[in-house]
Amino acid sequence: MAYRTKPLRPIQLIFSSSAFALLLLLTLGTVITLWLHADIGFQLLVSDWAIIKFTIFQALTSATISILIAIPAARALSRRKFKGRQVVLTLMGAPFILPTIVAILGILAVWGRSGYVSEFLQKIGNDPINIYGFYGVVLAHVFFNIPLATRLIVQGWTAIPVEQFRLAAQLGISTSGIGRHIERPMLRTVVPGAFLIIFLLCISSFAIALALGGGPKATTIELAIYQALRFDFNLAKASQLAMIQFSLCAILGSLAIFITKPINFIQGLDHEIERWDGNEIHHKIFDILVLLIVCLFLFLPLFSIIIRGAVPLFTLPALVWIAALNSIVVAVISAFLSVGMAISMSIFIIKMSYKLPIMSKAMEIISFLILASSPLVIGTGLFILTFPFISPFTIALPMTALVNAAMSLPFSLRMILPAMTNAENQYGRLADSLGMNDWARFNIAIWPRLRRPVGFSIGLAAALSMGDLGVITLFAPPDVATLPLVMYRMMSSYQLTGAAGVALLLVSLSIILFWIFDRGGRLEHKIR
Amino acid sequence: MNKFTTLAAGLILTLASPALAEKLPKLTVYTYDSFVSDWGPGPLIEKAFEATCACDLNLVGAGDGAALLTRLQLEGERSEADIALGLDTNLTAKATATGLFARHSTNTTNLDLPIDWADDIFIPYDWGYFAFVYDNTKVTNIPNSFEALINMPDDFKIVIQDPRSSTPGLGLLLWVKQAYGERASEIWSGLSPKILTVTAGWSEAYGMFTNGEADMVLSYTTSPAYHIIAENDLTKSAAKFEEGHYMQIEVAAKLASSNQPELADKFLDFMISDKFQSIIPTTNWMYPAVIPSEGLPVGFDKLITPSKSLIINSNEAQEVRDEALAEWLTELSR
Amino acid sequence: MSIKLDNVKISHGKFSLQADFEIEKGKKIALLGPSGGGKSTLLSAIAGFKTPDSGRIFFENTDITSTPPAKRPIALLFQNHNLFPHLSVRNNIALGITTTLKLSLKEIETIDKALLRVGLDGLGNKMPSELSGGQQQRVALARCLIRKQPILCLDEPFAALGPALKKEMLDLVQEIAETTNATLLMVTHQPDDASYITDQTILIAEGKAHRPVTTNKLFANPPAALAKYLGN
Repeated sequence: MAYRTKPLRPIQLIFSSSAFALLLLLTLGTVITLWLHADIGFQLLVSDWAIIKFTIFQALTSATISILIAIPAARALSRRKFKGRQVVLTLMGAPFILPTIVAILGILAVWGRSGYVSEFLQKIGNDPINIYGFYGVVLAHVFFNIPLATRLIVQGWTAIPVEQFRLAAQLGISTSGIGRHIERPMLRTVVPGAFLIIFLLCISSFAIALALGGGPKATTIELAIYQALRFDFNLAKASQLAMIQFSLCAILGSLAIFITKPINFIQGLDHEIERWDGNEIHHKIFDILVLLIVCLFLFLPLFSIIIRGAVPLFTLPALVWIAALNSIVVAVISAFLSVGMAISMSIFIIKMSYKLPIMSKAMEIISFLILASSPLVIGTGLFILTFPFISPFTIALPMTALVNAAMSLPFSLRMILPAMTNAENQYGRLADSLGMNDWARFNIAIWPRLRRPVGFSIGLAAALSMGDLGVITLFAPPDVATLPLVMYRMMSSYQLTGAAGVALLLVSLSIILFWIFDRGGRLEHKIR
Repeated sequence: MNKFTTLAAGLILTLASPALAEKLPKLTVYTYDSFVSDWGPGPLIEKAFEATCACDLNLVGAGDGAALLTRLQLEGERSEADIALGLDTNLTAKATATGLFARHSTNTTNLDLPIDWADDIFIPYDWGYFAFVYDNTKVTNIPNSFEALINMPDDFKIVIQDPRSSTPGLGLLLWVKQAYGERASEIWSGLSPKILTVTAGWSEAYGMFTNGEADMVLSYTTSPAYHIIAENDLTKSAAKFEEGHYMQIEVAAKLASSNQPELADKFLDFMISDKFQSIIPTTNWMYPAVIPSEGLPVGFDKLITPSKSLIINSNEAQEVRDEALAEWLTELSR
Repeated sequence: MSIKLDNVKISHGKFSLQADFEIEKGKKIALLGPSGGGKSTLLSAIAGFKTPDSGRIFFENTDITSTPPAKRPIALLFQNHNLFPHLSVRNNIALGITTTLKLSLKEIETIDKALLRVGLDGLGNKMPSELSGGQQQRVALARCLIRKQPILCLDEPFAALGPALKKEMLDLVQEIAETTNATLLMVTHQPDDASYITDQTILIAEGKAHRPVTTNKLFANPPAALAKYLGN
């Protein structure tokens, strides 16, 4: 009890409150900055409401379908042992970190008019498929988000105590009974959180929604923000639209956090699978089919990226490699920053939860806001804020690292907070009774239980940062570039072949970074 | 220890040397990303200008043309920029209205533009025509007007860019408006089934086209020149439309807040000189504003020449744009 | 003869365990030994959660080596997670009769009787989270009671309970085993528990499960491995 009631040390207070301050600054702060900077007022038009409706509808549909596919996929991954399972799990993260333009071309290589599917259909005498439209938007978002949804739901399965499956096996509970008594209650706690995250990610989609949506019918709020900022220089409208994104986030975030239990990420994914159900042949066939279809769906576009990029990868000019180095440095720094913020915020939230539970929940919601925020608004807002004091060029890379760190914070926090809460509940009192000081307490009682989620979070944050164009476009100094920036510049100079090579390099580096840190978190790991 | 100090001193010297170079007056030019990239004109132009100006030319990429103006509006009078290079005539009226730009002192009488130029702030450095580009080994029945395009078979598809987020997209919007006026809505309604999709930027659209996703893509009449000259690929052509083609004229201007106004003037003069202009065709893949003394590079002769150049007076562009955009949104949202 | 392990070898990573013994019907057996010695592994193999690398397991002369857990004549109690948190106490027990949870009046009566037997009369409608740790184990015992399986396996079921409560529970287990005439297998690392209710003890240490020996005799004259464990 001693620790919980003890006030935060000054240093903890500084770290955690600056993390919160940064989040608030990047989300609400930038929006308000835009609002204050605006010299004309603005009223939402009828056409803007149509955009808002479309944005919400496509996000709801995309999130629903992603989850509906992710559930059987996660079940198959959780109850089947097979060679390469870990590889599948790692590679499944790839779509999520693809830069949008690469993802669009990858998806079209499979589903487009001249894609693999259409080619096959034409060979057997059918018309090519036309995915452009609402279905295209949903297809692309599902492609992006199935991996995340699956990963989140697999975590739920892994968190079920093995005794429950043994008990079920003992009592002869059928596969469907296990579904009813063990799996469905678990899903009820995991799915709402996963749904929320994916919904928010789909809300702020823009280039993908437009390109696969087939035209201005598929205009999202984010595109309207882009238009307001770039085309009309209407800061008031941009900030108002950004506020709508935040409101959606806040409403759904509150629902998810207050109604459901948080997702428990604590357990690793590679502990031995012990299952005695699902042995009937139709279950096996179903699982194999699900995994096969999901893997094909996710990996075929990646395959096309490899095919296109493999040859140019070896003839990339030197500046690409320098940009790659910049990207790696920014990615690693931003990943450590992200996790550092997540840890200090978790300490803060846990301490708060004893005194001011509402406050602690509110802080969790704030951490979600950044998911629904517009990168362009963040960039522009930061630009307005920093420009009077410092040249944008000198802070381009640090700013990119900082914003990328904040962007991945919701994921890091989702993983670290529950792990820390658990460690605190299980070992906090023991640590207090042993009279451990704060450092020993963290080092001995808490950290061993955080290693795994921290490794995973650093990996994910680094990979996300690698693929993100971030705010560097706004701050771009003349001679410093990141990999995504080089790729976009090559594309706009007709260097499409070279850009395909850069895309492959980008994806490979992201996956390698993710793998290294995720693995690092699991080394010397003896906790089950 | 000695070794270490020598090394450290060496390092400091190397690091400090660019700082020494900064003793030279510095001219900062904001432009779009593809201009400064290693495949664009930036590096060559920097070298050429620095050879004559006894200055440090600092080229800064700030997104695309529209982002460039936004950036300058955000920075206002405190901007480090001395020159903005890369706006086009659709933006100049809006740019002038910000009051951020200063009059130029350059003699623009020898420009080789299809139209007369009389602007006392902005100076053109290159120009091009928007056009639909196709693969001449795949498309044989080439549409020669928007109406012919409308009447193409059902499975003939084009990719265009969104006028709200892309310069060529806006160009097409004004192209149709200028060519058809009152009938623009009708043309868009006819084109709608031919439009496979609308992308946010040029790169997505052009990437989709080169991957074989669409039969034609909205780009420039000069795009095939890139494929011919840089890739020795003769399969890409631009379709010549009877209505004429809408022009994009890219311009630069001096900022009123520049602390190097003379150097800026010098750069603007340099910009329409032979040195600068001869770099443009094969790096920016546009027509130079002044034909270089050696003429246009081989390959440009294979490009189509529109029979009519369309352009909307920059003062009207804003108003026409808003009306045309409304029509475009209505017709394509059906 | 109730259970026979014929030259069974189970391995798990670097760890391996050998077992070759028979257990008489109706006996109460303690599986005793240092932690990490393989007690739970042995129980897992008997219950069907782990397949032996070699050797056979028999129940009353039937080979059950590859019989799935549910088909084995065993009722099992773990240290925790014995109850499904979203099911009421009554439904948790009902799982021992039918997994569909559709109960006849008679079955409800049986369950309530079992609750009475374990001292939880009238708590059938409670949720597991409303009960104390000891009460939760009683619910799980009630389920074992109504399953009437010839073998009752307990995996350190009361390790978390206080001495008085533990004695009570052990008495209850003994009573249940005797009324259902079941063979009892109980994993423990507490010599006291072993001598309190069991007839025989199987010592599991250093990769080997020894033959069952009468518990009192064993403690009176401990072999080297046991002496080491007991700290004598």
